[in-house]
Amino acid sequence: MAQRKIPEINAGSMADIAFLLLIFFLVTTTIQTDTGLNVLLPPYVEVPPEADKVNRRNVFDVKINGRDELLIRGEQVADVYSIKEKARAFIMNNGRDPNSSDSPKFAVISLMNDNATSVATYVAVYDQLKAAYNELWNESAQAKYGRNYEDLTKEERQDVRKEIPLVISEAEPTNFETAP
Amino acid sequence: MSKFNKKGKKEAPGITTASLPDIVFMLLCFFMVVTKMRDSELLVKVTVPNATQLQKLEKKTLVSHIFIGPPTKKYQATMGTAPRIQLNDQFATVEKIPEFIANEKFKVKNQKKHSQMTAAMRIDKDVKMGIVTDVKTELRKVNFRKVSYLATDITK
Repeated sequence: MAQRKIPEINAGSMADIAFLLLIFFLVTTTIQTDTGLNVLLPPYVEVPPEADKVNRRNVFDVKINGRDELLIRGEQVADVYSIKEKARAFIMNNGRDPNSSDSPKFAVISLMNDNATSVATYVAVYDQLKAAYNELWNESAQAKYGRNYEDLTKEERQDVRKEIPLVISEAEPTNFETAP
Repeated sequence: MSKFNKKGKKEAPGITTASLPDIVFMLLCFFMVVTKMRDSELLVKVTVPNATQLQKLEKKTLVSHIFIGPPTKKYQATMGTAPRIQLNDQFATVEKIPEFIANEKFKVKNQKKHSQMTAAMRIDKDVKMGIVTDVKTELRKVNFRKVSYLATDITK
């Protein structure tokens, strides 16, 4: 047998490979992802339908006027952050207080704003309402499955949401829409 | 003598690496061309509001940005200081929204993905809701109902 010489592997291209990888990662890395408050708008209808006959006790009325003042169920509220507790108490009333919701399934949040309301206030209010629901979903998920809502499967989430549906209607109180 | 003599002592020839840089440059060029450095120039000044219940916007190709805010200093002479809408790289009016959405939908070739498309509304916190409601109405008219109000997380 002829003895073969093992050819030396050329390492000159290693640098190039390194550059290639570097460029690949430079390209694929996203430095900052945007975060936002997800909302599903109700479908557009030409003529706003007449107000549905939802029992008043099941409607959690939030009104924001042009001076960013809040009116919750006819009562002026100074602190945006108190909405969450109020909303939670309202949703999970389960018929105890005759002025609050019958059950989470019937609870509806009606959010009304003025054209002069600032975006900051509107987003803050929406955020607090969502926070209330997120907390309730989390508690329900913990009770049912022993896990956080975030860790549930799609079906389990739907199950949780069926018990406590998030219904925020904006300006047109009949277009109740379940948010994502 | 046979022409196909296999018995001669041969060394494996060294692989030439002269063309490697060319390959690397080719790839580099490819990525440079393909990548979109798409943080469109802002014509309006936007400071997003604060919130806590935020979700990340994933799948950037399915996100369409709508900017609303007062024009930056550079454009205040021509556009004034009242809040304006910016779509892509130019100022727009509310009436332009359906066209913009149609364009955005056209960019996403996969029809099934259209329902997952989101409008990211980057709105200055001092803007009044009037203009935002107009935009929302336009979006609803074209049945583009997934909206995200961009905000910064204050819990961090």
